[in-house]
Amino acid sequence: MKKEIPLLIAFLLGTWMILENFLSGFSWVGPMKESITNGGIVIMAFTYVLGIYSIVSVNVARIRRGQDVVPKVALLAALALMVALGFWRGHEEGTPFNWLYLNLYVPLQATMFSLLAFYIASAAFRAFRARSLEATLLLVCAILVMVGRIPVGEKLWSAFPQVSDWIMNIPNLAGKRAIMIGAALGAISTGLRVILGLERSYLGGE
Amino acid sequence: MTPVLAHLSLGGLSLSAGQITVFLSVVLMVLLLAYFYQRIRKDPGSLFIRRIAGIDAIEEAVGRCTEMGRPILYVPGIEDMQDIQTIASMLILGKVAETAARYKTEIFVPCRIPFVMSVAEEMVRQGFYNAGVPEDHKPGNMSFISDEQFAYTAGVNGIMLRERPAANLLLGRFFAESLILSETGFEAKAIQVAGTAEVTQLPFFIAACDYTLIGEELFAASAYLSRDPKLLSNLKATDWYKMICIGLMLLGSLLVTLDSIGWWEGASLFRDFFRIQ
Repeated sequence: MKKEIPLLIAFLLGTWMILENFLSGFSWVGPMKESITNGGIVIMAFTYVLGIYSIVSVNVARIRRGQDVVPKVALLAALALMVALGFWRGHEEGTPFNWLYLNLYVPLQATMFSLLAFYIASAAFRAFRARSLEATLLLVCAILVMVGRIPVGEKLWSAFPQVSDWIMNIPNLAGKRAIMIGAALGAISTGLRVILGLERSYLGGE
Repeated sequence: MTPVLAHLSLGGLSLSAGQITVFLSVVLMVLLLAYFYQRIRKDPGSLFIRRIAGIDAIEEAVGRCTEMGRPILYVPGIEDMQDIQTIASMLILGKVAETAARYKTEIFVPCRIPFVMSVAEEMVRQGFYNAGVPEDHKPGNMSFISDEQFAYTAGVNGIMLRERPAANLLLGRFFAESLILSETGFEAKAIQVAGTAEVTQLPFFIAACDYTLIGEELFAASAYLSRDPKLLSNLKATDWYKMICIGLMLLGSLLVTLDSIGWWEGASLFRDFFRIQ
């Protein structure tokens, strides 16, 4: 029973999630769908308690061991401060929580995001080294696409934008679609594997 | 021209042409799964699955960690548990954890969603249990970092630079953080195996990682790693489904071409049957 009940739950809920797409004409489907979705949301909300417990326990353990004490204390202090501010005045516009979020967190997030520019340059440098036929093709295509997408490209040769568009819309799009179709089929088969109980590794063993 | 199956009504059941196509597609997949499952059960030797370099590299990566005495970092993407890529990633995590447990290698799984963390902890616990060493499992290694995308990215980068894992496995759904994570891993000199079905992030992984599981390979990985004929039959069914899709695409192209030159005007029937609103 330890395995059969979870398998039955996975089968029933998984089958329901597929069938509800085709049963929208029945009046009882909408409320049932909503209550199941709400159940999922409630479970997920409870896991945030586990998340906070995880953050606190992992970092307190490190502080006790004397590892990275300053960053860990700063992290826990920031967590406690934001929770306290949220409970005290809420998180609407004009509250201290919102002010800290906009003036501290958002700039930090923008800083992380801006790192991408440098990482793209270093990754492109490695990927575009013409060491094989495939890498050379990649390099030539990348140069054509980049030149075709900047104003000076059109000045150099008026057909550059068309060449760029052709590469993006014909070979590139064909490749992308092939990957997407393959991935969609893989997703369907993985879902069915779990729903039909073929994949049981999450239940413990074969 | 009006498609034959434009709409199907049966009591309260009302299906559009697109819904009928999707329903028939799901039924076809189930039938293929059942057929190959039965076939493999009768004759397990009839199964041939090609080698997938990226998946073989996962086992190599775990071995490398053992040789170097350093941990494995497993990043399950940044999506929630209802995303099929995260589900596929969790199934792979179970196999990776089992291998890591056999080799006595530590595994870190930082998560962006607490629910994913709970599932990851169960999968790793089960992996250690299956390997016969449940006492080696460290629940603290499965941690929640932050549900904010770049705060999570910064946290994972910190683990890469502090813990110095010898292998980074980035398997799941990723967005803008994919290149930041994989480039940091490259700088930390870890062997990196990435896998995602997110088309926009694949070029970044291919540029920065040693091996990349492209699209469907991510979904095939858990079955491939298990070596279980029942699960491998699933890959066979997917391949045959793909062959059917290719056949339909070729047929569709031919019919549309005939339609365009005025030899046959029924192409719209075929096209509309596969159109999903």
